Amino acid sequence: MSRVIARADEGNVPTVTTERGERAVFCGLTSIIWLHRRIQDAFFLVVGSRTCAHLLQSAAGVMIFAEPRFATAILGERDLAGMADCHEELDRVVSELLGRRPDIRRLFLVGSCPSEVIKLDLANAAARLQVVHDNRLRISAFSGSGIETTFTQGEDQCLTSMVPDLPTAKEGAQRLMVVGTLADIVEEQFRRHFTSLGITDVDFFPAARADDLPSVGPGTRVLLAQPYVSDTVSALSKRGAKLITAPFPLGAEGTLGWFQAAAAEWGHSAESVRELLATPLARAQKALAKAKECLQGRSIHFLPDSQLEIPLARFLRDECGMSLLEVATPYLDQTLMADELQQLGAEVSLIEGSDLDSALARVRANRPDLTVCGMGIANPLEAEGLRTKWSIELIFTPIQGFDQVADLAGLFARPLMRERQLEVGSWS
Amino acid sequence: MELTLWTYEGPPHVGAIRVAASMRDVHLVLHAPQGDTYADLLFTMIEREGRRPPVTWTTFQARDLGSSTAEMVIDTLRGACERYQPQVLLVAESCTGELIQDQPGALAKGAGLSAPVIPIEMAAYTRKENWGASETFYQLVRGLLARQALKPGEDRDPRSPEQPPSVNLIGPTKLGFRCRDDVTEITRLLEGMGVRVNVVAPLNASPRDLLRIPEADANVNLAPEVGDLTCEWLRRQFKQPIISTVPMGWGATRDFIAEVVETLGLDVDPESIGESRLPWYSRSVDSTYLTDKRVFIFADGTHAIAAARMARDEMGFEVVGLGTYSRERARDVRALASEYGLDALITDDYLAVERAVEELQPELVLGTQMERHIAKRLGIPCAVISTPAHVQDYPARYSPQMGFEGSNVIFDTWVHPLIMGLEEHLLTMFRDDFEFNDGAVPSHLGGEGGGSHQPESVVPMTPPESIAVAWAVSAEKELRKIPFFVRGKARRNTEHFAIEQGLSVIDVETLYEAKAHYSR
Repeated sequence: MSRVIARADEGNVPTVTTERGERAVFCGLTSIIWLHRRIQDAFFLVVGSRTCAHLLQSAAGVMIFAEPRFATAILGERDLAGMADCHEELDRVVSELLGRRPDIRRLFLVGSCPSEVIKLDLANAAARLQVVHDNRLRISAFSGSGIETTFTQGEDQCLTSMVPDLPTAKEGAQRLMVVGTLADIVEEQFRRHFTSLGITDVDFFPAARADDLPSVGPGTRVLLAQPYVSDTVSALSKRGAKLITAPFPLGAEGTLGWFQAAAAEWGHSAESVRELLATPLARAQKALAKAKECLQGRSIHFLPDSQLEIPLARFLRDECGMSLLEVATPYLDQTLMADELQQLGAEVSLIEGSDLDSALARVRANRPDLTVCGMGIANPLEAEGLRTKWSIELIFTPIQGFDQVADLAGLFARPLMRERQLEVGSWS
Repeated sequence: MELTLWTYEGPPHVGAIRVAASMRDVHLVLHAPQGDTYADLLFTMIEREGRRPPVTWTTFQARDLGSSTAEMVIDTLRGACERYQPQVLLVAESCTGELIQDQPGALAKGAGLSAPVIPIEMAAYTRKENWGASETFYQLVRGLLARQALKPGEDRDPRSPEQPPSVNLIGPTKLGFRCRDDVTEITRLLEGMGVRVNVVAPLNASPRDLLRIPEADANVNLAPEVGDLTCEWLRRQFKQPIISTVPMGWGATRDFIAEVVETLGLDVDPESIGESRLPWYSRSVDSTYLTDKRVFIFADGTHAIAAARMARDEMGFEVVGLGTYSRERARDVRALASEYGLDALITDDYLAVERAVEELQPELVLGTQMERHIAKRLGIPCAVISTPAHVQDYPARYSPQMGFEGSNVIFDTWVHPLIMGLEEHLLTMFRDDFEFNDGAVPSHLGGEGGGSHQPESVVPMTPPESIAVAWAVSAEKELRKIPFFVRGKARRNTEHFAIEQGLSVIDVETLYEAKAHYSR
């Protein structure tokens, strides 16, 4: 089922069609896979079922880690039947865990579909456990449940749960807060670029250490590194922070626009930013040439997955010359996407939500050169002779910033290059 | 509530998907939230399937709770029937679906669907994946065949003399360990004996094929984790005998052939069927170095049991640890372990398995993907012999585990990660050789599974038990000269010896006293 929302009054932005039906996406728990690498002294304890544990180990083949900093407290029948007090059991499991991992400085209790349905109050549990373990770590809760969150929204919930802990900033001082997980290398590049623009009061949220919390207040200017942080932005706004409307730092132009929007708050003109960042910008454009040659004129279809779809589509069309057959996103925040939607323009077919079978029918009818989709769908489409790019790689790879532009385009170009290169019979 | 880092089995509905995905013309509707759809990738990524598993998910969200979830179930059922036109529609719930109590099975029965419906109760909070697969397959077979069952006192029609004897192969599924190739291998073996394979199920069977199950003379219980329940039911309802030897390993394959001959009353010399290179490879002088290699085995029940027999009787290893995560098979594994003078390790706690491996310091680990991981961390060679397995254990080449070719494959698989006989000697003699020392990767290994290039200083998962003895610097230095592949064992033995002797410091003499003590 779908419904078109007329948006003629908003000017040159895409018409959004909302679809409701079967979805094929990860739940928010999946965010733990990158969050636990990013926040190096945090532990994520999912309170859920065997399915949650199985998802976490299957979703990314994460068993490369000797001992991950996440685990699942699996609810059993005794917990559900009320024979065991869930809260007592949880206290026991947390003590066991902390006994094993004395290095943990922050513990997140993570809600799941089952814990939400039985209304297990993890915020309350976190507060109670905080009292018990007050002198050694901070404990808080958020939900990564699939009935409330889709894939990347888990990070949004995690960050939102940390906002009350952020210290209050001194009056008057203007500071920049970059929100959303970035690869270490990208963070370092961005710091260097900000320094070259004369902006040194920069915090990244989340930081590599859980204790390293940026302060927040009316002087805080929020710049988004990732598009999926709607609730975090609301929570920061309530503490006085102001959101900078900007494109996302994907592609050379997107990254430039991102720095320009931030620098404007410090009184720099767009032109001066372009001059100061001329070297990395030129390097990005030069590096893009090879992948662009491969992508130029090819068509692409985005199935809904990570919320990165809109800025990626903008980059692939405007900087790589691809044509957009359809762009779908699991959730659209018009405010955070304002700049991107303007750039995307009214011609693009934009879908919010999912009805899997009808979306696949359109992919089969249109036969795009490339389809961006979740891991479960990629090989079946490949077997039908359609090239795909699985979207989780876009989350696990450093793709933001000037020096990653070629890598980003390369992720899309590689399946197409491979098709040309292989001489092993028909793909389908 | 149970603290879990990694899990050996998925939830029971994943077992249901395995059965549906193995078959043709079956569709499964799962009442489950969106996140549960990750299960598709187990098939399409890990097993590289070219089609999505035949599953439609209701993917309800928080806003649907309390109002429209039952409606969603009915809409989803109708949509799936219309689009996929299955011969049979299976209906089940995941863990969250079970909590909201919409009873999709009952809804499906009342929805006037075009396909026959078989509802499956999943018991998500007490059961696991293999149980789910077993239960789904059993309900499917029972649902389709119950009406044909023999009446009390009724006997099977004897097979007509023109008909060749036949069996069904029961239990192989998608995501099973090498099921695809095992079916091929065992089908060939049986054909070589003049036995026709009537139906293989669930793998590649349609519901119509299942209707033909009673036509065979017997059922081969090829994957007991999935097939036990169904084979037992078929034995009771259709008087079909069960051939229960799992033909994994040279000896087990011969036992299997003998059981087939006896069950079907064949006029075939079992000795004339097939041949394997394993006996000669194992007897060849080159294999002497395999003698009494200390192996640790942890797998599903079937593969653990088969591996223990092969390891001891066919490879000449010493089995120092044996266990399984299949609680359903705990009794069998315990019984076998006690025959080997061991206490079986029955657990699905990955950390307990790791502690056991750490303590035993085996020279080879035969396990699952998890044990590969444990072994890698501890620098012990490892071969994967059972699910859960990763993408590299679904190989392109033909590599069965069963039958005579299966025992060839297993011989190679287990020997490859080991250090070869002469290499081992040279390492012992010239331990400080600058390019052939224990810091160097064994020549044939590349990077996988190899020795002490894993730093010993890896942070232990559990604080080491406080050992009351200290190592003198000279003894520690001497210990470093012992080749890495036995160093762990030497350290452990020496410490045990010192504690036994009431010593507080281990010196070089203690090290050699202990060596003498343990070589008695």
